[in-house]
Amino acid sequence: MNRKEKEEYLREYEVMKKKGKPFFPYAIMKDSVMALIVVVVIIAMALWLGAEQGPKADPTTTTYVPRPEWYFYFLFEVLRVIKPPELVPIATVGVPTICMVLLLLLPFYDRNAERNPLRRPIATTAGILTIVSMAFLTFLGAQAGSATDIEVEVAPEYEAGKLVAGQSGCLACHLFEHNGNDGPGPELTDIGARLNPAAISRSLLIGPGIMPSYAGLEQSDPDKFRDMVLFLGSLNGQEVESEEAGVGLAGGSSVEGGGTESTAGAVEGAAPTDPAATAEGGATAAAGAEEDPAAEPTEGAATPEAGAGAGQGGNAASGPGSSAPAGG
Amino acid sequence: MSRFEKLLPPPMRRPPKPGHAPPPSNGHKATNGNVTGNGATALEEQEREKDGNGNGLRTDDAGARVVDRAKDVPADLVGWVDERMGGSSFLTAMLLRKVPKGTNWFYTLGSATMFAFVVQAITGVFLAMYYTPSPVEAYASITYLTNDVFMGEFVRGMHKWGASVMVILAFVHMARTFFFGAYKYPRELNWVIGVVLLILTMVMGFTGYLLPFDQRSYWATIVGVNINGTGPIVGPYLSDFLRAGPEFGATTLARFYAIHMLLVPGALIALIGAHLYLVVKLGTTAPPWLRADRKPKDARAEQVDAIVSPSERNGSGNGSNGHH
Repeated sequence: MNRKEKEEYLREYEVMKKKGKPFFPYAIMKDSVMALIVVVVIIAMALWLGAEQGPKADPTTTTYVPRPEWYFYFLFEVLRVIKPPELVPIATVGVPTICMVLLLLLPFYDRNAERNPLRRPIATTAGILTIVSMAFLTFLGAQAGSATDIEVEVAPEYEAGKLVAGQSGCLACHLFEHNGNDGPGPELTDIGARLNPAAISRSLLIGPGIMPSYAGLEQSDPDKFRDMVLFLGSLNGQEVESEEAGVGLAGGSSVEGGGTESTAGAVEGAAPTDPAATAEGGATAAAGAEEDPAAEPTEGAATPEAGAGAGQGGNAASGPGSSAPAGG
Repeated sequence: MSRFEKLLPPPMRRPPKPGHAPPPSNGHKATNGNVTGNGATALEEQEREKDGNGNGLRTDDAGARVVDRAKDVPADLVGWVDERMGGSSFLTAMLLRKVPKGTNWFYTLGSATMFAFVVQAITGVFLAMYYTPSPVEAYASITYLTNDVFMGEFVRGMHKWGASVMVILAFVHMARTFFFGAYKYPRELNWVIGVVLLILTMVMGFTGYLLPFDQRSYWATIVGVNINGTGPIVGPYLSDFLRAGPEFGATTLARFYAIHMLLVPGALIALIGAHLYLVVKLGTTAPPWLRADRKPKDARAEQVDAIVSPSERNGSGNGSNGHH
């Protein structure tokens, strides 16, 4: 606005004000009616919707649903839409900060003297688009389920871990095939193919990025934690075929003790002491996954030793799976 | 004096303008002028005088006299306070200031937001009477408040849902300001203050969410604080500040409580004050589709011109000249 426009506005405003009515009692009447409506609405909501109290906060818990208040859903949804890890800071802080700065500085970059929304097509369109997109993001955020059931077929020995993972709220941020939410966290459908159990366990303990740490669970209930790591390690994104799973189960169950021991060793980050047991453990871990004939049994035995840092263990460990039934 | 001014207690009425009201006797005028701002109008003084003179005429009944006196008490009280504190002229100016033509229900959104804040403040005070901000006792104190305290759940419900109502109202108020172009000159600063108020309201929502200390709020807060931590440069420090350390610990809850109860409300109240000051000082906008149409005024001026004799019009040389 230039000087002339400013003066023009002030002059016009003076006229409008002269033609207006006094604040008391006209405007104050409307304000009071509105205040009454506000308090009636709040009281009605308090009476009908109440204030339920959820279960007590428990850092060592296995059942929680990290859901923000509804007016943060749109931020939550932005997080879910932007998935690549290197872009997550942009989603978490970048987008909200940019929006806030744009909002704060609005009067300084919108210098148009026109005030009628119908004669400011750009501003009006931008405003409507902002409202629509925020409403849409809020709606999507509200839709994002927080179920605790992971409907993924796994071999029976991983069922316990599946239950723990479901109750631990992984679905709030991660996708397991078609279960859970696609983001903010990465998809876990084939996490076992990308990370070995040791790396998975480390991730759970540290809680990288915005993910909460599961160290509390590891301390309070190591069995559940180990089950969860085993379950996650077993996920390789491949379909479990029922008859082969049965065969795998036969092979796997025969060496179950060794398998558990082996993974526990991997969880602790120490090299397994007994290579033979490790080979069997690898077979157990792959009991449900038979489609990796390329890998050789020797590799399966060797990898868990190096697996603490390699991130290949999950892949390789599934190798001997094909030979396990025959061998066992 | 307008008819609305009569609705105000007498000391708050504006003293009559010299030209308009029939001037009272000189003595009255002098006293009135000496004690400026005590607001006792000439009219009221005349009434008082009548009372004094007409006491005998009115009644000897003591009861009626007491009633008569009692009628004056509110006005006297306002006058007494105003004589010592002043401010009635400010109040009068604020109440009788004109709002522009076309002011409609959209213009109640700001005051509605503020009213929602008042509801939050009042219910919050009552909740604070029972709440213990320690990780061990917080949950139990909420349970006690909800189940055992008289109307406890109701007040907690009002606080919980009042927060949502306040956020909605703040957003709608901002949308109204945006579409009406009300953030433009000379109200840019008030827009900036309003955005800060909105952000502080969201901060209230975030910090208050933890306080019930149930599973939902605990884990949502952990994720929320971790989100802050991913920010560049200040992110980790902000997270550490919010958590009172690298981990969610025993003092985290107390810290959220202090931010929710003291820090942000203080800032909110101060900024609401500044916001309102600017609203009163600059005035609310007129709806943008209304124009200060000067036509009717000109038409009226022409009528006046027609009545006034041509010679006088030529002689004065002003008025509606330029239209002929």
